[in-house]
Amino acid sequence: MIDPRLENPWIEGPKGPILSLRDLTVTFDGFKALDALTLEVERGELRCIIGPNGAGKTTMMDVVTGKTRPQHGSAIFRTDIDLLALSEPEIAQAGIGRKFQKPTVFERLTVFENLELSLWGEKSFRASLFARLKKSQRDHIDNILSVIGLSERRYASAGSLSHGQKQWLEIGMLLMQEPDLLLIDEPVAGMTQQETERTAELLISLKAEHSLVVVEHDMDFVRSIAKRVTVLHEGRVLADGEAEQVQQDPRVIDVYLGA
Amino acid sequence: MTPVRERGDRVLLGVLAASAILVPVLNQAVPASSAWHLSTYSLTLLGKYLCFALLALAVDLIWGYGGILSLGHAAFFALGGYAMGMYLMREIGPRGVYGNPILPDFMVFLNWQKLPWFWYGFNHFWVALLMVVLVPAVLAFVFGGLAFRSRVTGVYLSIITQALTYALMLAFFRNDMGFGGNNGFTDFKDILGFDLHEDRTRVVLFVTTAIALALGYLACRALVDSRAGRVIRAIRDAESRVRFLGYRVESYKLWVFVFSAVLAGIAGALYVPQVGIINPSEFAPINSIEVVIWVAVGGRGTLFGAVLGALLVNYAKTYFTGAFPEVWLYALGALFVLVTLFLPTGLVGLLPERRRTGPLAIEGTPLPAAQKAK
Repeated sequence: MIDPRLENPWIEGPKGPILSLRDLTVTFDGFKALDALTLEVERGELRCIIGPNGAGKTTMMDVVTGKTRPQHGSAIFRTDIDLLALSEPEIAQAGIGRKFQKPTVFERLTVFENLELSLWGEKSFRASLFARLKKSQRDHIDNILSVIGLSERRYASAGSLSHGQKQWLEIGMLLMQEPDLLLIDEPVAGMTQQETERTAELLISLKAEHSLVVVEHDMDFVRSIAKRVTVLHEGRVLADGEAEQVQQDPRVIDVYLGA
Repeated sequence: MTPVRERGDRVLLGVLAASAILVPVLNQAVPASSAWHLSTYSLTLLGKYLCFALLALAVDLIWGYGGILSLGHAAFFALGGYAMGMYLMREIGPRGVYGNPILPDFMVFLNWQKLPWFWYGFNHFWVALLMVVLVPAVLAFVFGGLAFRSRVTGVYLSIITQALTYALMLAFFRNDMGFGGNNGFTDFKDILGFDLHEDRTRVVLFVTTAIALALGYLACRALVDSRAGRVIRAIRDAESRVRFLGYRVESYKLWVFVFSAVLAGIAGALYVPQVGIINPSEFAPINSIEVVIWVAVGGRGTLFGAVLGALLVNYAKTYFTGAFPEVWLYALGALFVLVTLFLPTGLVGLLPERRRTGPLAIEGTPLPAAQKAK
């Protein structure tokens, strides 16, 4: 097993996994979406999760973000935060950002305003009624705009962006919250080749400061960004290891790649 | 750099200021024989339109910006009106038909011996003003709190707001409620000692309404221009995404709903002394629907569109119900259908849009028909 701290020696802070899922079981009408799933993600890691449809990838994300409650198991964030005890907004505040498969940006706000609403900080009605952008916050937005490559489009309405740009904007919105852990669902689905490459660069540039979990179907893309890959099948971990190695695994070929 | 919105703001506030000066002059200083004279009847009519414009503003805030289609805002309007009406009834005092200094006529008629507890304090104007704000606010807080916390949205929310106003209408029709039953309140004499039948009092009421509308407009503008306003628009477009960003969506919806209800209540309170009557028909479900039509015709999500729509549709209503009374409801229905089909951005959408450059300049943009009400 590769310790990400060896790869990224500058990562400080407490040791231990950023996310630790144990024995998670979720049943929908008798169908086991997750079957005693156990998974750990290290700090600063970029983990790819693959698996055929119905393998439980999305359900796993739903559990981590508080959308679905498991019947059994535990989900611990940063070794001390019990995710199962928190609501959706509380989990977001705790430092987990999620990007959905379908880009959901606020179409009728500008790119800049989309990022502004995603700022870290007090989120109460009263606070935002009187909120003014500070210089540091404006700089932060400018910085994220350049990371996601949308500086030029800052005053365009988000609805006018291309599909790929919307995905980047949404990743930017997650970054605004300075999350410790990013969950990203199929980031390159429907993207052009160029956009896919640009997205790969973006994700790789992020892993220095964040931990990322990326769910993706596109095997070439997975290989281009991740060292470590986890294969889910029928709600459990089928295989886990380096991308090349996982790809050779006969069980994986059987259920997924060969299909 | 001047988007439609800013021009709209300037035009609207300018027109309000001009009418607050011109209308009194044309009514008071121009002799009745002159063609320029504005009759007191017209003056009162204009005042009524401005009250409706304030109500439309309240609905635009919650519907146009918040995406919450309330079909019960006339209830808050009527409650504000009733609170003002209670003061006006107490103000009549011994000048009533039965000459009872404490009890309003309808209570004497119903053989009531003493004033119900909830009428206490309404002999004071300030208590009435407080209630004008408080009653709609508390109702909106409780009702909205329950509805938003249960995540009731879309058409279901619209239906329960209709049920709310209908239930209130039935309740206020009952004589036992202590609000004058189906006759409501009327025969008001004066407000703060000023005779309501005097032209001068009516001029002051008109100017007060114009000022209230301007202030309400500025308050709404400040709200929608704040970050909270952008959160509210974001909720309209992608509610669950806002939740994931860590905003408590329910509390945003609730506070905007409460503020909107207060605006509606103030509009009702200004309306009653000008028209001289308030009765349970103000709670009629059709009234709330009409407000939505005003806003849709003017152009929702722009604030000035709501004001424009309220003024135009009500002027048309006055004209049609005078000239062809049987046609009006059909005309109103047809208007709504036509606007929904062919003019989803309302009349405001017809205005030419200039190049937008500012970060906040995007609203007021004509939306494609595909992004209509959720």
